[in-house]
Amino acid sequence: MPQMTIVQAINDALRTEMRRDPTVIVMGEDVGVNGGVFRATENLIKEFGPDRSIDTPLAESGIVGTAIGMALNGLKPVAEIQFDGFMPPAFDHIISHAARIRWRTRGRYYVPLVVRAPYSGGIRSPEHHAESPEAYYAHTPGLKVVIPSNPYDAKGLLLAAIRDPDPVIYLEPKRLYRAFRQEVPEGDYLVPLGKAHSAREGSDVTLIAWGAMMPAALSAAEKIASQDISVEVIDLRTLIPLDSETVLESVKKTGRLVILHEAPKTCGFGSELAALVNDRAFEHLKAPIVRVTGPDTTIPLARLEDYYLPDVGRCVLGIQRVLSY
Amino acid sequence: MAKSLKTKPRKTATVTSLDIEMLQILNLDGTAQQDEARELGLTNDDIESLYRWMVTARIFDERALALQRQGRLGTYAPLSGQEACQAGSAYALRPEDWIFPSYREHLAQVMRGQRWLDILTYWGGSEEGNRVPEGVNNFTISIPIATQTLHAVGAAWAAKIKGETSCAIVYFGDGATSEGDFHEALNFAGVFQTPTVFFCQNNQYAISVPRTKQTASETIAQKAIAYGIEGVQVDGNDVFAVYKATKEALEKGRNGGGPTLIEAVTYRLSHHTTADDWTRYRPAEEVEMWKQRDPIKRLKLYLERQGLWNADDEAKLLEEAKSEIAQTVAQYENLPKRDVEDIFKYIYAEMPWNLREQLQELKEYLAEHGGDLPKE
Repeated sequence: MPQMTIVQAINDALRTEMRRDPTVIVMGEDVGVNGGVFRATENLIKEFGPDRSIDTPLAESGIVGTAIGMALNGLKPVAEIQFDGFMPPAFDHIISHAARIRWRTRGRYYVPLVVRAPYSGGIRSPEHHAESPEAYYAHTPGLKVVIPSNPYDAKGLLLAAIRDPDPVIYLEPKRLYRAFRQEVPEGDYLVPLGKAHSAREGSDVTLIAWGAMMPAALSAAEKIASQDISVEVIDLRTLIPLDSETVLESVKKTGRLVILHEAPKTCGFGSELAALVNDRAFEHLKAPIVRVTGPDTTIPLARLEDYYLPDVGRCVLGIQRVLSY
Repeated sequence: MAKSLKTKPRKTATVTSLDIEMLQILNLDGTAQQDEARELGLTNDDIESLYRWMVTARIFDERALALQRQGRLGTYAPLSGQEACQAGSAYALRPEDWIFPSYREHLAQVMRGQRWLDILTYWGGSEEGNRVPEGVNNFTISIPIATQTLHAVGAAWAAKIKGETSCAIVYFGDGATSEGDFHEALNFAGVFQTPTVFFCQNNQYAISVPRTKQTASETIAQKAIAYGIEGVQVDGNDVFAVYKATKEALEKGRNGGGPTLIEAVTYRLSHHTTADDWTRYRPAEEVEMWKQRDPIKRLKLYLERQGLWNADDEAKLLEEAKSEIAQTVAQYENLPKRDVEDIFKYIYAEMPWNLREQLQELKEYLAEHGGDLPKE
C-alpha cells in the first residue's frame, strides 16, 4: 500500500473520482497547469485536460458562483479556494445559494458541490492565510463541514464528499499537508461523512479535536499517560453532520470533556459540543467542560503565532484542569 | 538586450471609439421597419401569441398588486412596463435552454412552463412556488442581486463541457450591474466563451436610485466591451427588437460564439415592490412619458395596423385573460395548508438527527395546543 502525505492523498482522491465519474471537474485559481499552490491538483490537467481541471480567473465569488451553476446543470465541481482567508468573497454563494437551493426549490434542484480550502495556521504564512473558519459554515443549515486530519481520512472523506448530493465545505489542515505519511489504499474507498473516529481509547477524560489540532491532541494524551491518566481522543472528522453518538458515548464513559480547537473560543464549534454534552450527558459529567482554543483574537503573524495556537502543553493543562475539579 | 527591447514597435490599443446603436423595429405608433419585422421569422400567430402573453401578464400584475393591497398576498414585485423584455426574450428560447430569473420575471417564468399559480404561491409565502416542474429548465428566482449571473455562466459552461447546445439566459436589472458578481460573470463568460445571454432589463431604477447613479457609463451595453464580449442595446419596449437581439445572441452562443450582453432599455411603470412607493423618487410626468411608450400599446397598434386585431378580439382576449387569472387566484386562495415538516425537509437529502429531533419537538409542542400554535 503506498505511503502518502495528506496533500498526495487529496490528489489521489481527485484523480480516483475523476476517473470514475466523468462529471467531476476541479476548478480554481492555479489548479490547472500549476497543479494548485499546494499541488493538490497536480497533473490532473495532464490526464483530464483543461475542461476538467480548470484554471479560473482570480475571483472567488466567480469560482463558487459558476460552480453552483455547473452543479445545477449536471456536473460535480470540486472548487478550490486557494486559502481560508479568501473564502469570504465566496461566502454569499456558499450560504445564500449552495446551502439553500435544495430547500428553497423543495428538492427540485440541489448542489452536489465540494468547496475545498486549506485552513489552519502554524506555517508562518502572510495575513489571511491562517484562518480557521469552520464555525461559520457549521452554523449554516444545508452545508456539510468536513475536516480530515490524516492521509487515509483525507482521501476517503473527499471521495465521500464528492459523491454526497449536498454541498460540502472540505477544509484541509495545511499545517499537516506534508507533516507525515500514512498508508493509503489505492483506488476507491469511502470514509463516511458524519462518523467521528476514536483515535485513542481511554477512560478518564474525553478529548475532542479535529484537523490540524489532532497531532497536539494525541501528543497530549500520550504525554499525560505517563501520569497514569487515560485520555480518549476523538477525531471529529465531520463537524456537520455531527456524530453526537460517538461524542456522547465517550463522555458518558469518562465523565470529563476537553475540547480542542484552533479557532477563537467564542461561538467556536467547541461551544456547540459543550452545549450538546450539557444537554444530553449532564448527569454523567464529573467536571465542567474545558475548552482549549485560540483566544478571541485575530491569528497573529509569524512572531506571535505560536503564542496564539493551542499547543500540547496547553492541552495537557486543559486535561489537568478537568481532572482537578 | 535593452536595445532590442527599445527598438520594438509600440502598439496602440484604441479603446475609446465606441458607438452603441439602440435596436428598434417597432415604432411608437405601431408602424415597423418592415424588412426587419419580416426577417424575424415570426408568423402572425406568433405575434398574436406574444401579445396575448403580454396582456395576460399585465392583468396578472394588476390583480397581484390588488391582492397585496387587500392583504391577500405578501410582498410582490410588479412587472408592468417590462412585458416586451420578458415576452420577446423568452419566446426566442428553446426548451433545452436555461433561464436564471431575478424576482420580477414572472412572465418569462410562466412562458417557460411555470404557472401563474406558482408565482402567487411563492409571493403568497410558500416555497412550493419554487418547485419548478421536472423537465422545465427554469432555475428559481434569485432575490440577492446579480448572484444569478454567475449561476447562469456555470450552467452554460457545463452545457459546453458536456457538448450540449443549450444556452443559459440570465435576467437582471440596471442595479445589478453595480455588483461585483455581474463583472465576475461577464469576465468568466468571456474567458471561457460560455453560451450565456446576459439580459439586462434597464428599467431605470434600482428601487429609488436612478440608472445615472449606478454607473457613469453612457450605456450598460458598453460594459461588455471591457470583457471582450459583444454588447447590444435594444429598445426594451419593442418586443420585436428584444426577440431579434435575444435570438441572435442564442444562435451565436449555440454555435460556439460565446456570450452576449443585451441591455434592454425599458421602464418600471409600477413600484419596486408593494413595499415601495414610487412617488417618493420620481415625477409623475416621467411615468406618464413612459406610459406613452407602453410595450403593450405599441404591439396592439401594430396588430391593428396589420389588420390582425380588432376591438372584438381585444374584448375577447381581456375576458379570457381575466378569467384565467381569476381561476388562478381562486386556486391560490384554496392552497392546502402547509405541514411544519416542510421546514425541516429538503435541508439535506437525508434529514440528520438534529433536524429530526427539532421537528419532533415542534410537533409535540403543537400537539399540546390542539395541533397548532397556541392562541395568545
